[in-house]
Amino acid sequence: MTASAAALEPPLALLAELTHRCPLQCPYCSNPRALVTRAAELDIATWQRVLTEAAKLGVLQVHFSGGEPTARRDLLDLVRHAAGLGLYTNLITSGVQLDRARLAALADAGLDHIQLSFQDVDDAPGDAIAAYDGAQAKKRAVAALVVAQGLPLTANLVVHRRNLGRLAAMIDMAAGLGAARIEVAHAQYYGWALANRAALLPTRAQLEDADRVVDAARATLKGKVVIDYVTPDYYARRPKACMSGWGRRFINITPEGKALPCHAAETIPGIAFPFVTRESLSTIWQSSAAFARFRGTAWMPEPCRSCDQREVDWGGCRCQALALTGDATRTDPVCTLAPDHTLIEAALADPAREELTFRRFERV
Amino acid sequence: MTDAAAAPYRFAPGVKFRFDDTRQAWIVLAPERLFMPDEHATEILKLIDGARTADAVIDDLAARFDAPRATIAADVLEMLQDLIDRGVLRR
Ligand code: SF4
Ligand code: SF4
Repeated sequence: MTASAAALEPPLALLAELTHRCPLQCPYCSNPRALVTRAAELDIATWQRVLTEAAKLGVLQVHFSGGEPTARRDLLDLVRHAAGLGLYTNLITSGVQLDRARLAALADAGLDHIQLSFQDVDDAPGDAIAAYDGAQAKKRAVAALVVAQGLPLTANLVVHRRNLGRLAAMIDMAAGLGAARIEVAHAQYYGWALANRAALLPTRAQLEDADRVVDAARATLKGKVVIDYVTPDYYARRPKACMSGWGRRFINITPEGKALPCHAAETIPGIAFPFVTRESLSTIWQSSAAFARFRGTAWMPEPCRSCDQREVDWGGCRCQALALTGDATRTDPVCTLAPDHTLIEAALADPAREELTFRRFERV
Repeated sequence: MTDAAAAPYRFAPGVKFRFDDTRQAWIVLAPERLFMPDEHATEILKLIDGARTADAVIDDLAARFDAPRATIAADVLEMLQDLIDRGVLRR
């Protein structure tokens, strides 16, 4: 083993994007604009091998996501396989395709946790943003079934300009439904959300209100519900440590088997991302050029290279740098020290737009 | 202190505590959370079974590490509270 391979820590979590199929069409969906079709999805034998390799490599948690992971009929077998390997299994779902029987089967297969997303508190705007009639009512019903099944529930509340005014009511709803953990997540501006940024980005005043709402809810729900709050980084002074650093903690597998250091990494040109169908996960983690590309600090330009935060935020998000500057190797423009920070200021000054582009299958 | 002695501790829903062969370390796994407790917290967590109270945990540790009960009691109570605040334990 070389010195650098010896120093490389094993990954903590695998994000298994089982499919891009989804009955909903959220305009802030984190999936790429070009979606993978069903015919191109990995088969179950490959997923099982990947999970086995992941556990051997030191992965501790697997998040089954998508798209909508329940759109795969073999989800149950994958959960059972992962649980059998001792992996902590989490299902990230919109819930609309779940019923009592399927939840009981998932619990029986060893599922550890369910994360259910909510688009709003009221039915009309909730259904409208997901472009799915009855989604909101269905989600409430499914949340109750999850809790009745004894499965731990996280409610993921996706917030943006259009629903932030209802955040307090959304948190009340989630707590009332029995969620032990609530995640308040501002839409992150990649993929579909970036295309819709002018219609979704909150104002600073909205954001300050939201901070107060979260603080108040945390005080009320202390000891009962944990609230995690993901702030929109456009308003931050320093960028997020995207994925805790490129190739340091996470492996994301796309429905067709491409291994990515982060779900949006595919947008970066000039990197040949490895396929789990051709290489083992340990080879991918330890020796692929793609995972090494922005790992650590050696790739960094100034001002990151000599910044004392470089091993805290790892220079921010590569995909955001690319999306905003056209160059993935630049300092994340969110950072106030970044030469491109004016781009963020310009986006915040952008006039608000009303129309949304809904997620759908374009040319794939 | 009476309150602390009253109810047994258990893991919060969705929280798992297990030994990881790759890292040769005990790990706490929770939704979107994951950490390696230090050795003191690890010894405490190993005793959490839904039946032991704070008193029972302290007795056990005092006996096993041959430490005076009074010396460790405050530390153990503080750590149990910290684990509750972090959403790892419930009572
Ligand atoms: S964000 Fe919405 S459209 Fe995208 S996968 Fe999730 S539920 Fe489906
Ligand atoms: S200059 Fe780079 S390393 Fe320093 S805070 Fe900004 S993004 Fe982080």
